[in-house]
Amino acid sequence: MNGEEMNRAISRIAHEILEKNKGTRDLALVGIRTRGVVLANRLKEKIETIEKTTIEMGVLDITLYRDDLATSKDTPILRDTDIPFAIDGKKVVLCDDVLFTGRTIRAAIDALVDFGRPAQVQLAVLIDRGHRELPFRPDYVGKNIPTSKDMRVKVHMSEEDDSDQVIVVDGKGQS
Amino acid sequence: MNLVSKDILGTEQLTREEIEGILDTAVSFKEVSTRQIKKVPTLRGRTIINLFFEASTRTRTSFEIAGKRLSADVINISASTSSTVKGESLLDTAYNLEAMNPDLLIVRHSISGVPHMIASHIKCPVINAGDGAHEHPTQALLDLLTIREHTKQLAGLKVAIVGDIAHSRVARSNIHAMLKCGMDVTVVGPPTMIPVGMECLGVRILHDLEEAVSQVDVVMMLRIQLERQNEGLFPSFREYSNQFCLTVDKLKHSPKNILIMHPGPVNRGIEIALDVMEGPHSVILDQVNNGVALRMALMYLLLGGSSETDH
Repeated sequence: MNGEEMNRAISRIAHEILEKNKGTRDLALVGIRTRGVVLANRLKEKIETIEKTTIEMGVLDITLYRDDLATSKDTPILRDTDIPFAIDGKKVVLCDDVLFTGRTIRAAIDALVDFGRPAQVQLAVLIDRGHRELPFRPDYVGKNIPTSKDMRVKVHMSEEDDSDQVIVVDGKGQS
Repeated sequence: MNLVSKDILGTEQLTREEIEGILDTAVSFKEVSTRQIKKVPTLRGRTIINLFFEASTRTRTSFEIAGKRLSADVINISASTSSTVKGESLLDTAYNLEAMNPDLLIVRHSISGVPHMIASHIKCPVINAGDGAHEHPTQALLDLLTIREHTKQLAGLKVAIVGDIAHSRVARSNIHAMLKCGMDVTVVGPPTMIPVGMECLGVRILHDLEEAVSQVDVVMMLRIQLERQNEGLFPSFREYSNQFCLTVDKLKHSPKNILIMHPGPVNRGIEIALDVMEGPHSVILDQVNNGVALRMALMYLLLGGSSETDH
């Protein structure tokens, strides 16, 4: 996936979010660190341009909710969570770059409900690569990429990396 | 980020990178305490034992709250309710507690080196919550966190630490940590309260409080330990406060944005005047507030990775 394709996919997701939620009423975006935040930012921009209004956006760091803390080799670096609005009664669209096992989403939903009781939680991802280990299904998908489990999907976004692109690397490191 | 040692025994053993990593992690933990539900599941199923052989409200409560906000089970043992009153030795107490598989032991004792001795005999991580006149690392780290919050940067800052330097573990931990972070440290007090050879640590010595506070960005007042008043360190409280009590008058030549700190508990009117303590420069309650986040960060860093699953 190149930059143009990524931009079109994000535009389409923005329209789909508006269509499904019938506008921006009670709508809020929450990005999961790091590239989920970039996706949420871009969606916010597009939605605000389309609807000529502003919507709330928050940032979630799921480190403290991970289920692999005791087994991971390094202590992951913790960064700020910032949800500057009350999520009670909101329709929250969680945003992440890649949907894989679903464990990140489990952690994100656990973190989210500690902040209140959203009316709905929806899920937007740029890439769905399959291999779910938990029963989650995205509401909005940029692109489905069939992969094998040992492959790696690398999402580059210009805010964090040098350019916009998605690269699939096989288990041996070849793209 | 991983810490090099399994324990936090003093700031003397920490590197500048570790100190900065701990402070950065603590900043992120501050947000948890502002939520309506002040709890995250990070250390669920872990057991933390607070082993306090010396009186404490702030530190013990702060460790307990920090552990509970991370969902750990926290058990408090104080000297008066432990088997030490039946004559059990310190190490036996430690071995027995270890046999119950705690994940972290927090130790305070009036004798210097006790947490180090316990840490060298048991496998579970130990945090020193104050040992004699030696070190109180979590206090120094929360002090640095508080200073950094107000000044954005630590390197190059000038600090005065005022009071009974000789008997202060807070002073010692702060001196080690501050010098590592590139700060300029002056210790202030009557000559009886400043250890001989102090300057070899790399600090400046002054005996005039007003002169000191006119030159620094941060002034840290220490508690006069009332239990030591019979040791003849100063003639009388009145004499001491005349010279070393921080008053509005003594601050008249100091920088406008000077920070005033105190690790608590405060003897009002002896080392610090009421109106200074409650004045606009005082960050004393910020220190207490930051203590919880800082201790959460240390627990997370010590127990978060796999190095501790080995034991």
